[in-house]
Amino acid sequence: MKTHLLLDDNDPQTELSTLNLGPTHPATHGVFQNVLQLDGERIVSGVSTIGYIHRAFEKIAEHRPFYQITPLTDRMNYCSSPINNMGWHMTVEKLLGIQTPKRVDYMRIIIMELARIADHLICNSVLGVDTGATAGFFYVMEYREAIYEIYEEICGSRLTTNIGRIGGFERNFNHIAFAKLRKFLKDFPPVLKEFEALLTRNRIFIDRTRDVAAVTPEDALSYSWSGPILRATGVDYDVRAMEPYCSYGDLEFEVPVGSNGDVYNRFLVRNAEMWQSLRMIEQSLAKIEKEPSDIFHADVPEFYLPPKEEVYNNMEALIYHFKIVMGEIDTPRTEVYHAVEGGNGELGFYLVNDGGRSPYRLHFRRPSFINYSMYAPMSRGMLLSDAIINMSSLNIIAGELDA
Amino acid sequence: MGKITNEELLTSIKAKFEADVTEVSEPFGLLTFEISREKIIELLTFLKTDPKLQFIYLTDITAIHYPEREKPIGVIYHLHSLVNNVRVCIKVFVADGDVHMPTATVLWNGANWMERETYDFFGVVFDGHPDLRRILNVDDMTVFPMRKEYPLEDPNRVDKRDYFFGR
Repeated sequence: MKTHLLLDDNDPQTELSTLNLGPTHPATHGVFQNVLQLDGERIVSGVSTIGYIHRAFEKIAEHRPFYQITPLTDRMNYCSSPINNMGWHMTVEKLLGIQTPKRVDYMRIIIMELARIADHLICNSVLGVDTGATAGFFYVMEYREAIYEIYEEICGSRLTTNIGRIGGFERNFNHIAFAKLRKFLKDFPPVLKEFEALLTRNRIFIDRTRDVAAVTPEDALSYSWSGPILRATGVDYDVRAMEPYCSYGDLEFEVPVGSNGDVYNRFLVRNAEMWQSLRMIEQSLAKIEKEPSDIFHADVPEFYLPPKEEVYNNMEALIYHFKIVMGEIDTPRTEVYHAVEGGNGELGFYLVNDGGRSPYRLHFRRPSFINYSMYAPMSRGMLLSDAIINMSSLNIIAGELDA
Repeated sequence: MGKITNEELLTSIKAKFEADVTEVSEPFGLLTFEISREKIIELLTFLKTDPKLQFIYLTDITAIHYPEREKPIGVIYHLHSLVNNVRVCIKVFVADGDVHMPTATVLWNGANWMERETYDFFGVVFDGHPDLRRILNVDDMTVFPMRKEYPLEDPNRVDKRDYFFGR
């Protein structure tokens, strides 16, 4: 990390200016403020203020049954909301001791990896925009749209998905969903290749990003960084590889790592991860075909929210529906910590349960919140224009930052 | 390097902090225990620097409130040994009138915002913290909203009262 610039207060040549970057500024990727002290264009010091869209999710979660917490998780990292949803469902499944069938696991991997691609696409293409190249952004937006169409086919919604249930999915993937998925797998790789070619060897892009905001692995670990920005420094910590959840252990994939932790490396790591995600989706699709095609949830009627048509026509389903919605299900009095690899890093759910209708305490370990704590200290000595690029390379999501 | 078991880990910790480690449990395989406020920084330093254990990664700091207990506020640390791929959860309980804790920023820079968040929501004062201010709530707030004495339920909702369900 660059050292703090020291200026002599009595020097008449030295005059600092204060700049409010945010709370609402086109270059900040959400609503938060950085008060920067500038010597010319160089940042001398900065103070970050966050919490402008704090919505007290942890408090609200203490008053809601497990299912009603799912829509809260959507609204944290809204660029990859299915990962948040499924992370939460897997936490509850761990608590309740539910074993999901293999087909459900692979279906989840497909959705989570699609979400990761959507998340990384936005981050990397916006990084291009921040360095002055808008073409890539417009180009890949179409493929985020294609991913959203797959979500829409599966759960009916696009951005805040509420996809899945405790134990599996609300409905099976239909043939249109699979067709859209196969079309995406066919169309997207050449586009990703072209997108990479547009920026990775681009002289201007390299000059703007190479050696900018370079972070050492020691600093990154000290600030508890996780996800692509930690891996860009050379630390190969990926929750999917280290503590495989949801049958990730069955798949072959690599964990891309960078070499010197600068903005360029973060871009490369995210790009490489998209290729790995495509690999995982291909493998999961192949594995799904060997599983019985009608299984899309675990056989746990006391926890799995029944489909509406069954609730209307089947007494048992009606009773279970009522018990689940009103929070009348029996749950063990214990605590659980479950982590998944979110778009930005380790997304952890710490759930303390007292057997009541709602969690006694629920804490979200939000990667954006933890990653962003280094932003002000690392901006010291940096040019203002570099600090902007640095912010987009961290992939700050204000919803996840504030929760 | 292979994964070290919870038994080995607990043996290593107990060799140094025999009498201080209490309430040991393993919910879903995660070694969890309590320790006193006086020993916490010593323990964290040991876990971080011990060449065998290497808990170099501070995953999270948060807190919990049990208003009925003698020491109601619990501060919870999650550590991860990336080398051995094992996690540990450490809890420290403090009394309501004396909600002070030593800061972990001496060991990890990342503890800075985690402790600010814990202070903001539970009022835990981390002694020695470089910049202990509220982080997500407004500065002039006078309460610590995640404590249990501040319930959230809409008072007009009568359909969710416990007595309707025999509780």
